[in-house]
Amino acid sequence: MAEQEPETDDGVQLDLISAERMENKTSMEKIRMILDSVHDGDIVVLEQGLTPDEESKLIEVTMTEINPDGFTGIEIESFPRSETKESGFLGRLMGKDEDPAKLTVIGPANQIQSLHKDETLISALLKRK
Amino acid sequence: MGLFADLRDSISAVTAKLFAGESEDPKRIGIYGPPNAGKTTLANRIARDWTGDAVGPESHIPHETRRARRKENVEIERDGHTVSIDIVDTPGVTTKVDYEEFLDHDMEKDEAVRRSREATEGVAEAMHWLREDVDGVIYVLDSTTDPFTQVNTMLIGIIESRDLPVLILANKTDLEDSKVQRIRNAFPQHETIELSALEGENMDEVYDRIAEKFG
Repeated sequence: MAEQEPETDDGVQLDLISAERMENKTSMEKIRMILDSVHDGDIVVLEQGLTPDEESKLIEVTMTEINPDGFTGIEIESFPRSETKESGFLGRLMGKDEDPAKLTVIGPANQIQSLHKDETLISALLKRK
Repeated sequence: MGLFADLRDSISAVTAKLFAGESEDPKRIGIYGPPNAGKTTLANRIARDWTGDAVGPESHIPHETRRARRKENVEIERDGHTVSIDIVDTPGVTTKVDYEEFLDHDMEKDEAVRRSREATEGVAEAMHWLREDVDGVIYVLDSTTDPFTQVNTMLIGIIESRDLPVLILANKTDLEDSKVQRIRNAFPQHETIELSALEGENMDEVYDRIAEKFG
């Protein structure tokens, strides 16, 4: 998060991003915001995750930014989408089946030692810088 | 305005899909899955069984396939009729690639860096194919490994959101640690077929299902 970058050399910054902050952003703005934070070594927690299409683009953009000198990609975990949503023919016709994932954790792959999830808990183990 | 634009686009997409069903063009079926699931082994098995040619080299080293490769006009005969598909073998999808992992496979650093760069380009290309250029998906999983991964969940979610027909294949049933039921439990909303692409086990059922799903 470029706006309020604290001066930290040895800590890990957690960005907890509300759904409200993301709601008016385009897909690429969301992806750019996430990857900029991850490039800085931060862990991003989204209150409301990305849509399947945005997840697909996140993987694609992440791949284009991996380089052997530092950035090795991302770790990501999220709670699954609701299975009770309305996704019938009309929903698809109106393009409303792009249901976003729930809470999502994203961080730099080379800094997250492990990222595990069960149905109600996402647990991240970070390496010290 | 946005609502009408959405409606128009949706109707166009539905109309295109309806008419696509009447087309004689082979459907493009993408073979997707994580690295080392046996996608290329399966693509080669299908291509050899029905065309006599292979699609590409197989390897135990992750990211052996670093470009999407297409085998056109694979004609699969089932019950007296022929299903024609193009097979697209894609690089294994992941969210991270570290060249240092290739150093464990007796590779020099330059070669490892080159391979990792090609791998990242390949994954990006595979994602692009999934959004733009495939009509159906064969999702291949290694049945000896845990299917409950974020990449698998995301990819199945992406496939479902695009309304693409999908067959899940539980590969490597020839191995002792194979647990097909674990895959069925992970994705109960989809049909899962078990097979060993390497040994050619249960390929008849695989071809039956491909013909039903994509024919």
